[in-house]
Amino acid sequence: MLEAGTRRWQARLMLGLFLMPAVLWLVSLIILPHLDLAILSFRERVAPREYRASLEQYRTFFAEPLYWHIFVRTALMSAIATLLTLLIAFPIAWTIAKLLRGRASSLLFVVCLIPFWVSETVRTLGWMILLRESGVLPSLLVKLGITDVPIELLYRDSTILVGLVYTSLLFMVVPLVGSLESLDNALIEAAYDLGASGWSVLRKIVIPHAAPGITAGCIVVFMMTLGNYLTPTLLGGKNSQWFTEQIYTQFITRFNWEQGAAFGFLLLLLSTSMVWVGLRLTGQRFGEVMRRS
Amino acid sequence: MIPSLPRPAWLRAGTTLYLALFLAFLFLPLLVVAVFGFNDAPYPAPPWHGFTLDWFIGNEAKGRTGLFGDSEILASIWTSFTVACWVTGLSVAVGTANAFLIERARFPGKAALSLLMLAPLVIPGVILGISILAFASRLAEFADDTFGLELEFLRPGLPLVVLGQFSYIVAISTLTISARLKRFDRTLEEAAYNLGASRAAVFRTITVPYLRPALIGSGAIAFLMSFENFNTTLMLVGADSPLTIMMYGRMREGATPVLNAVSLFLMVASALLAFTLMRGGSSQKPAPAA
Amino acid sequence: MSTPDLEARSLVKRFGAYTAVDTLSFSVARGSFFSILGPSGCGKTTLLRMIAGFIAPDEGDILIGGNSMADVAPNRRPVNMVFQQLALFPMMSVGENVAFGLARRGVARAERVKKSAEMLERVGLGGAGHKAVDELSGGQRQRVAIARSLVLEPTLLLLDEPLGALDLKLREHMKIELKQLQAAFGTTFVYITHDQSEALVLSDHVGVMNKGRFEQLGTPQELYYSPATPFVAGFVGSNNKIAGRAKSVQGGIVELESAEGWSIHAQAHGAIAAGAAVEAFVRPEVASLGRTSSELPAGHPQYAATVESLLFDGANSAVLVREQKSRFEFRIALPQTGRFADLKVGEALQFGFDPARAVCFPVAGSPSA
Repeated sequence: MLEAGTRRWQARLMLGLFLMPAVLWLVSLIILPHLDLAILSFRERVAPREYRASLEQYRTFFAEPLYWHIFVRTALMSAIATLLTLLIAFPIAWTIAKLLRGRASSLLFVVCLIPFWVSETVRTLGWMILLRESGVLPSLLVKLGITDVPIELLYRDSTILVGLVYTSLLFMVVPLVGSLESLDNALIEAAYDLGASGWSVLRKIVIPHAAPGITAGCIVVFMMTLGNYLTPTLLGGKNSQWFTEQIYTQFITRFNWEQGAAFGFLLLLLSTSMVWVGLRLTGQRFGEVMRRS
Repeated sequence: MIPSLPRPAWLRAGTTLYLALFLAFLFLPLLVVAVFGFNDAPYPAPPWHGFTLDWFIGNEAKGRTGLFGDSEILASIWTSFTVACWVTGLSVAVGTANAFLIERARFPGKAALSLLMLAPLVIPGVILGISILAFASRLAEFADDTFGLELEFLRPGLPLVVLGQFSYIVAISTLTISARLKRFDRTLEEAAYNLGASRAAVFRTITVPYLRPALIGSGAIAFLMSFENFNTTLMLVGADSPLTIMMYGRMREGATPVLNAVSLFLMVASALLAFTLMRGGSSQKPAPAA
Repeated sequence: MSTPDLEARSLVKRFGAYTAVDTLSFSVARGSFFSILGPSGCGKTTLLRMIAGFIAPDEGDILIGGNSMADVAPNRRPVNMVFQQLALFPMMSVGENVAFGLARRGVARAERVKKSAEMLERVGLGGAGHKAVDELSGGQRQRVAIARSLVLEPTLLLLDEPLGALDLKLREHMKIELKQLQAAFGTTFVYITHDQSEALVLSDHVGVMNKGRFEQLGTPQELYYSPATPFVAGFVGSNNKIAGRAKSVQGGIVELESAEGWSIHAQAHGAIAAGAAVEAFVRPEVASLGRTSSELPAGHPQYAATVESLLFDGANSAVLVREQKSRFEFRIALPQTGRFADLKVGEALQFGFDPARAVCFPVAGSPSA
């Protein structure tokens, strides 16, 4: 009996050893900081080093049109970027999963992944060299006689979208390829055989089958776009009006942590609720989606 | 639609054209970055002024500071490298422990814990950054007020950057390693045990070799993600800037082609890393997770 | 006789309310091939894993080579196991797989290499040591799994349905190979299977297991010709089963009448009173067949029947007939002489069998053993 007791005690010790890093990580780097952030967002400074609980930070957000305007704009632009990414990535994923075979297919897949081994900073630098007034594309347009003088292609909303789509492609292609590869070709052949057109095969067979991959891709892309900082600020310049920029300004530039914390929470709320809605729409579980992507 | 079904010629041509445009879209930015690293002009912009290596090896004497003469950039690469090593080591170690916890252990609240482990992946990096910044500052102030201790590592700086990056990269390591561990056939361990191996020997000779591709893969991913991280780092950085932060700062000011040179250097480095990984772990392609 | 290599004493293992192994005692003589035969869920895997040490018994003791294994960890038992899916280590070469156990014992490298090469030679895989596991065929992997265990010279080799994953043809081949390997090495084999043919072909002794207990323990011949329980009669070999009531019992021969009104005679096993519910088992090869009653051996009851269907299978060919009065379906093995090669469906026949070679058991309201 003593033997068994010792063994159980050893098992507990092992479990504790394995649990410790996970608990330390989640509690001290995720849970407590976010609780702290919540507390921070619900207080107001009344005098130096003197605070009181209040909803002032959130009131400011709604009272100041600039703030919620940027918030809504960020959400809308992210949604558009997600949709564009889906539309651009789908044919590529289809080509990789269904049209190409063997080496050609895996080669194209690897080729699609390559740009994402390179830092976002580098990729953005590339777009800046391509699009700025003195850049490659404007001077090409002049040479081709399309425009008389070089035009500034940076600092436009469409530029931001291009950059965001570019950055997000991988995170859409990977889950799409995964879900399309698992679609049995015989199903498409059967649908054809039964008289379906290409369009109805897509609508009735392919999209329902790929729905989990599409959702996973969209959730990840939307989330990442929403939280992006580098691409909008560099490609959008002063016109970027991205919400993460507001958080940075409040936190680092103005040192108004209470306001920044409230903004952070609003962004977190939006991001999480989109994830939740996305999962609800397709009836999936969070864990499965994250594992897929 | 699929190869076994008839596709009209216009669709075939369309597919090929689309593919070509897509690849151009993917590689054009990288291509111009690489090309303008060799342009003999003070700005990375057309027209082409001729080939030069100044942006790599130039020095003060020549009036141009190249990558290998720019101590600020070299220092920031070293900073990024140090941070990435710490993050990789921590993430792989903790990720492995987590994987065993998820796949092997049984304890109350396990389902909730494994779900919570995924949470950092849906929190925007900026918010991870500010929350850790705020919490660390609160701790530092508390220590200062109560005990008169000045805890420097809780102030913005590299230790916080490491913690901030680790806080979500470890979630990815956990996913990668536990996915591999899940597929592990446990009778292999039983067989080794049956052949006379001690528990430690089973772990060393069977479990670890089996996990090795996932350990290497998640290590590489962790390193890369740490090296490239911007959002979280931006909020936590102190006096020493990692490379991405430094490059961002210069890009806003309008930079010289030395940035192109750094970028090319990064591209080659990532390519080498990817190549080694694919050769080394051809049995398991490293999951390009998030 | 020396001490048995394996001895189980009143072994019990429960999983919750379910008793997987129920007070089991048996012993296995040195150098013999012992099989545990039973349907899935009978507890045979639990028993094997208890012997290997992966499961601790709730009660009772296991002795290997005369030593109690009560507190001996699986890696310290003189027992090795061939796993159902073989569990060859994919991250090691064939030679490293075979040398694995030696390395754990601290055998020097040169010695390990030599021994593992020798062992591979003995199982007919000489020179395959450098190969990767997935370069081998199913049968070769089987031999590696056995070699990996035997190189450690265990007192006991446990085999957990190792042929289950192979296709039929290879399985037949490996049966013979296993038997020859066991004879060549002289190691005691404990083999579990649900395939009665494997158990009969391979074993010196077989324990037929059902619901955590041995229904019968004996040589393959004993199991086949004198099954101790209806379960064994039904599980080992094919059998015609006739259920009914005992009309009379005379000199150990029961006259059984089935519900459909067919009356047969069979040797009584166990106490049977007239009027009791009974079931009889008649092997297909025990019955003989004739176109007329004069063709049948005299002195046994005869029955008229018609051919229902012909089951041609070379040497295992049989015919299904219907007894005329009761419409009972009865299987009879066709003789090898080809005398009935021209049999037609619907043809009228006579058949009969020696009651002494048919067995009759009381139907147990209570457990039959």
